[in-house]
Parts: sequence; C-alpha cells; structure tokens
Amino acid sequence: MSALAVAAAALQVVGVLAGAPLVVGGMRQVRARLEGRAGGGIGQPWRDLRKQLRKQQITPRGTTVVFALAPAVVAGSTLLIAAIVPLIALGSPLESVADLFGVVGLLFLGTVALTLAGIDTGTAFGGMGSSREITIAALVEPTILLAVFALSVPGESANLAAIVSATENHPEQLVSPGSLLAFVALGIVIIAETGRLPVDNPSTHLELTMIHEAMILEYAGPKLALVEWASGMRLTVLLGLVANLFMPWGIAGADPSLLAVLIGLASITAKVVVLAGLLAAGEVFIAKLRLFRVPELLAGSFLLALLAVTASYFLGTPTS
Amino acid sequence: MTQATYTGVLDLAAGAFLLAAVLVVWRRELRALVRMLAWQGAALATIPLTVGIYQADAALIVVGVVVLLLRAVVLPLLLARAVGTEDHERRESTPLVNTTTSLLITAGLTVLAYAVTRPIIALDPSPATRAVPAAFAVILIAVFVMVSRRRALSQAVGFMMLDNGIAATAFLITSGVPLIVELGASLDVLFAVLVLGLLTGQMRRTFGGTDLDQLRELRD
Repeated sequence: MSALAVAAAALQVVGVLAGAPLVVGGMRQVRARLEGRAGGGIGQPWRDLRKQLRKQQITPRGTTVVFALAPAVVAGSTLLIAAIVPLIALGSPLESVADLFGVVGLLFLGTVALTLAGIDTGTAFGGMGSSREITIAALVEPTILLAVFALSVPGESANLAAIVSATENHPEQLVSPGSLLAFVALGIVIIAETGRLPVDNPSTHLELTMIHEAMILEYAGPKLALVEWASGMRLTVLLGLVANLFMPWGIAGADPSLLAVLIGLASITAKVVVLAGLLAAGEVFIAKLRLFRVPELLAGSFLLALLAVTASYFLGTPTS
Repeated sequence: MTQATYTGVLDLAAGAFLLAAVLVVWRRELRALVRMLAWQGAALATIPLTVGIYQADAALIVVGVVVLLLRAVVLPLLLARAVGTEDHERRESTPLVNTTTSLLITAGLTVLAYAVTRPIIALDPSPATRAVPAAFAVILIAVFVMVSRRRALSQAVGFMMLDNGIAATAFLITSGVPLIVELGASLDVLFAVLVLGLLTGQMRRTFGGTDLDQLRELRD
C-alpha cells in the first residue's frame, strides 16, 4: 500500500466534508432556478453552517446523553463510510473491510442514532418523526442489501472495490436486467434514505408529513449544524457510491499515481455534480407522495431489488 | 448476431417482460395497465424475433411480427377502448389485497417460479431456457392479478398477461411453436378480448359500473 493510496483515502474524506454543503447548495440552486426564483447561491449551506456553529450550545431540558451524542454518531459513521467506499481510488487502507454489508450497517447506525435522539426529546413531533423514519428504514435496509447482493453476483465478491473493478473490466454487464433493476431499486431507496422528494420534502418545516425534520426539531446551534452537515454528507457519499458502482470510469487503481488520483477526484466530482443536478431537476416535477403511499413505493423497490438478485443469479450463472 | 448479443437481448427481453407484469401489480390507473400490457407484448415479441434472427428461422420471425402486431398494438387498443370515460371508471377501486402486500406477494411468487422451474432448466441449460423462470413468474403473477382485482378490465388485463406468460414459456422452452398453432392461439385470444370488451361495455350500460364485487348477489 503506497502513501498515495492513503492520501487518496484522506482526500476522499476531506472532499466529502468540504463538498457536501456545496452539493446541497447546488441542488437548492438548481431547484430555485427551475422554479423561477433567484436562490441563495451555492455557498448558502456553508454560510448557514458557519452561522450555526458560532451559536451557543442549548440542550433541551430532560434530554439524556442519547440526544447529545446522536449528531456525533451520525457524522462519524458517515465520515467512516466516506473513508471506506471507493470514490477516488480503489486501494484505500480500509479496503479489506470495505464490504457493502459493513457500509449498510454504518449507514443505519446513523439512522438509528437520530431516531433514538428523536424519541429522547419526548416531544410529540420527535416520536412521530422517529416512528416514520423507522417505518421507512425497515423497508429501505433489506432493499439496499438485496440490490447490493445483485451487484455482487457478477463480481463474485461483496467487496466494494472488487465490484467496481469488475464493472470497469466488463462494462457489458451493466445492460443486463440484473444491474438495471438494481440501479432503479438503489436509486429509489437512496432517495428515501436521504429524505428527498417524493418520500420527504427537505425544504419544509412544521408540516404534519415531515419525517427527517421532525426528528431533529429540538436541535439548535452547533448540533443542528452537525446533523445537517451529516445529512448532506450522506447524500454526497451515496450519490458517489451509486456513480462508481454503475459508472466506474475514471477511478484510480489500487496503486495510483498522482495524476490518477487527480483524475479520480475530477471524475467523481463531475459524476456527483451531474447526478445531483439530475436529482434536483427531477424533484421540480414531482409532488410529495402521501405518507401512506410511501411503503408502496418502497415495497416496489424491494421487489425490484429481489428481481435483480434472481435475474443476475439465474440468468448470469450457468445452472449446473 | 453473436452468442453474447443473443443472450443479452434475450435476458433484457425476459427482464422487461417480468418488469411489465410487476408494474401491472403496482399501478392502479386502468389506462396505465393497458399501456403496460402493450409494453409486455412488445417484450414478448422480442423473444421469437431474437431467436428467429439468431437461428435464421423465417417462420419464427413471421410469428414474432404477428405477435408484435397483435399483442403490442391491436389488443391494447381494443382494451383501451373498453376503459370507461367517467372519472370513477378510470381507476381500479380498492383492490382486495393492498398494494404493498401485493408487491410482497409478487416477490414471493417470483421466487417460487424460480424454484419450481429449476428441473426444466436442468434438462437443457441454454440462454433461452434460463429465462424460463421469468415467463413462469408472469403466469403466477397474472393469476394473482386476476383473483385480487375487482374491475372487469383489470381482470381482462390479468387474463392477457396469463396468456402472454404461457406464450413466452412456450417460445423459451421449445424455441417456437409451429406457425399454425401460434396463429390459432392468437386468434383465440383476439376473440376472447373482443368478447370481454363487449361484455364490459354491456355491464357498464346495464349496471353503471364494472366492479365485479357488486355483482355477487342476485337482485330482481
């Protein structure tokens, strides 16, 4: 393992930290422009974060250590995912544990931490948001696992780097029904997991239908900043992961040169920007789904993921 | 056409075929159901066309073209005409099983189809037979749609899907039935849909709706 591979992994973490607010800001800006508003500019989330980080720490009366620790757990687990997944280069120092099941587990560690914090506040909104979040997570988790399982069949490994390099070497696998279905299923659950339209509306507060915002209603100041930063990072990491699973071109190899790392950085930035722009542009045209219809959507994506597994297993491998 | 392209196109066709069936379970708007059926017909026609081109079999290509015209164009048009124009007639009324459960049942049926067709695949493993589970799953899903929907038209869509599934299984297992058999079966289906369309129209005129659950009791 060369020093450059370690540097690439560090660059990934720093890039996600610095880039996530810009991604969120860019998506808001795209929406604003398409809706005919001027928008706050791409740097607005960074300015919001700076403002909130300067504020005083306030802890609601009656909350425990669960409430206080949740933002750190969410942000920490997301940063760990950012270090594990192959975004810029394949050979990260954590590659041996860069297993998709591990990534999904870390993802849900953050979700569960926030959910518990929502219950911990003891308010009506917190508990409601938590119960909704868990309803969604219970359907999202198996879907992600199945979709990932479908992707791991051609590469014969659940290791992320192995999957990405298998796709890079055999791009024709991408047009098989298995990976197309897995792509759609993964897209739907990532939208649900990051709380975007049509599952949750990220730009509203105090609506009876909100999910993510209801859980974090009691946070203020630096903790709120951390939660929002973490949710931006989750979106960025997941977009980057999807981009590299299905379009792995440009990613640096296991033992990269400096130029390859730079190309990897440029290509992942371009992919995430394009995906985020498409997601934001798509959101303009859809309305939020009724809460009771959300399980339908997620059950549908679960089914797609299951079909992806069966398709890639039965069509892809000769049955002996 | 190389072996790899042949396998790829066949797999994609089978996948699209199964996906259309899943979307029929998912959607509730009757027009959308008919549109899905048309897509499914196109995916079905792709199977004999691909096999025909790969094996340079002219009869199979003719069958494919007939299937394409009939199942992707004529039958959906006929069914679309039977969809009522009134607002409450355009959507499926609440199905007997809610959508989330139906989707999970569909998942179970798909796995079941893969399980029961394993011996068939083991007999003669080839790219075509390996896609048989998808066709078999469509048969099972179609039966489920027929028993769980209430509107006459969605049950007709279920019936058409059942027939599509059987045809696809036949194409995949035997790489094509004789032309005369396929023509006979297609004609049968055409007449069945004509009769179903007439019946639906008649029902709507007589009872003002096509919800079959309301027709259970005899009234004078």
